[in-house]
Amino acid sequence: MKNREYQQIDPQALATPPPRPLPEHMPKRVRRKWEVFPGKNRFCCDGRMIVARQSGVLPLTLGLILLTSGLFFIFDCPFLVKHLTSCIPAIGGVLFVFVIISLLQTSFTDPGILPRATPEEAADIEKQIDNPTGSSSSYRPPPRTKEVVINQQVVKLKYCFTCKIFRPPRTSHCSLCDNCVERFDHHCPWVGNCVGKRNYRFFYTFIVSLSFLTAFIFGCVTTHLALRSQGGNGLVFALQASPASALELVVCFFSVWSILGLSGFHTYLVAANLTTNEDIKGSWSGKSGNEDIGNPYSYNSIIKNCCSVLCGPMPPSLIDRRGFVPSDDSVQTSPVEIELPAAKNDRNMVGRAVTSGRRPPPSPPVVTLQQPAISIQSHSTA
Amino acid sequence: MTTELFLHNLQELRHSASLANKVFIQRDYTDGTVCKFQTKFPSELESRIERTLFEDTVKTLNNYYAEAEKIGGQSYLEGCLACLTIYLIFLCIETRYEKVLKNISRYIQEQNEKVYAPRGLLITDPIQRGMRVVSLQSLQTSVCVCECMWSVEAACSSEAVVSPP
Repeated sequence: MKNREYQQIDPQALATPPPRPLPEHMPKRVRRKWEVFPGKNRFCCDGRMIVARQSGVLPLTLGLILLTSGLFFIFDCPFLVKHLTSCIPAIGGVLFVFVIISLLQTSFTDPGILPRATPEEAADIEKQIDNPTGSSSSYRPPPRTKEVVINQQVVKLKYCFTCKIFRPPRTSHCSLCDNCVERFDHHCPWVGNCVGKRNYRFFYTFIVSLSFLTAFIFGCVTTHLALRSQGGNGLVFALQASPASALELVVCFFSVWSILGLSGFHTYLVAANLTTNEDIKGSWSGKSGNEDIGNPYSYNSIIKNCCSVLCGPMPPSLIDRRGFVPSDDSVQTSPVEIELPAAKNDRNMVGRAVTSGRRPPPSPPVVTLQQPAISIQSHSTA
Repeated sequence: MTTELFLHNLQELRHSASLANKVFIQRDYTDGTVCKFQTKFPSELESRIERTLFEDTVKTLNNYYAEAEKIGGQSYLEGCLACLTIYLIFLCIETRYEKVLKNISRYIQEQNEKVYAPRGLLITDPIQRGMRVVSLQSLQTSVCVCECMWSVEAACSSEAVVSPP
C-alpha cells in the first residue's frame, strides 16, 4: 500500500526543476570576503566602507548638522561679518569640516571587529576544554569563562558562542551588529556604528568638535539677535527679521547640553582609560565593596592615558574585507559532506523525507521511489 | 548500516587528522590587551621541532608586535599629526603598525622557508586569523588526509549503488 501511494506521485513534478548542480561543478565568480561576512553589517564601495545594518539615525544626525550649519552660514554670517569680524565664518567653517569628516570616519570605519573562529580553531578550543576533565560520557557545555591575571588583577575572559572564541580582555559582543568588537565602548545609533578600538578617536574628535560647533553657533546666533534687537527694536523684531536664527537657537540650545555632557563624560573615560561598557557595568569601580579592584589597563597618569587612547598607534582592520574568498577549501570539503548524507537520504526517504525537509537528490524519480520501499523492509527485518 | 560505519570512521579520521594537522598557539593576555602569544611549547610538536627554535620564533613575533604597539615619541607624533589632519592622513600614508606587519609577514615567510618547511611544518601569519592564534600546520598529513577522504568517499558511493536490490 505504501508503495502504491508513493508511486502515485507524479514524477514529472519532481523532474521539472533542472537538477541543481553541485557547487564544485558550477563556474563560480570569485567573491570578496565582505560578501560572505557573517555579521550584521553593510558594506559600500566594494568593501571599502563598513556600517552597521541599522544605520537608523545617522541620516538624522547628518541632516541636523547640515541644516543648522547651512542656516548659520546663509543667514547669520553675512550680518556678523558686516558688524563684527570675518573670522566668524572661518572658524565656523573649520569646525564644520572637523565635525563632518570625523562623523563620516566614525560611521564608516571598522570599529575593531574580531573575525569569527575557523572551524578548526573552534574544535581545538573545545578539545582543550574537554581534555582536563577527561570524561565525555555526559554532555557538559563548555565552560564559559577563563581567568587571566593582568597587572595583578583577575580578569575573566568570556566564551562567545556566536564567534566561538574566548573574548580578549575589553572585548564585547554587540548584539546589533552580531560581532565581537575589541575595546568595545558602545553601539552609537547616532553614528550608526559600534564605537571600539579603531574608531574611538574619531568618535571623540566628533563629539568634541560638535560641542564646540554647537556652542559656537549658539553664541553667534545669540550675538546676532542681540545686535539686531538693539536700538529699541526688541527681540520679536529681531526674530522676525531673521527667522532661521530662531530654529538654530532651538536646535543648538537642546543639543548643546547633551553633547557637552557627553564630551565631558568621554574626556573622563579617556583620562581614566575606561570604556563606557566598563563604566556602566562598574567593572573596576569597586562598587561591590572590594577595594582591591582597580583598572588594570590604566597607566595611572592622566596624560599617559590620554596619549595612549587618542595618540596611540592605529591598529589594522582584522577583517579582510576586500580579500577574495578562497575557493579551494569549499571544493575539498563540500563533496564529502554533500554526497554521503544524500546516499543516506536515499534509503530513508520513504520514512522521513516529508518531515526532514531535505530535498531529495536529483536522481530519476521512478527508481528512487521504488527502491527505498524494498530496502526499508529489509532494514526493518534485519 | 555499513554506510554509517564509513561515516563514523570518516568523521573520526577527519577529527583526528584536523587536530594532528593544526596546532594553535593562543594569545597571552597577562600584559593586557597588547598582542602577545604564549611561548609554552605545545606537546604535539615535541617530535617535530626543537623547543628553542619554536620559542625563538614566537619571542621574535612578540617583539615585533610590541614594537608596533609601542607608545613612544614616534607614535605620539603620528597621532598628533593625524589629529590635526582629522585623521585623513591615514588614507594617504602607511602607518607604523602596517610597516611592522609587513616585516612580520616577511619574517614568517623566511622562517617557513628556512626552519619549518624542512621539518614538514607551516606557520600561518596571525593577521590571517584575526591575530587570535599562530597556527602551525603539518604539511605531509594534510596530503594523506585528502587521499584517505577521497578513497572513503569512493567506497561509500559504490556501496550506495550496490545495496538496493
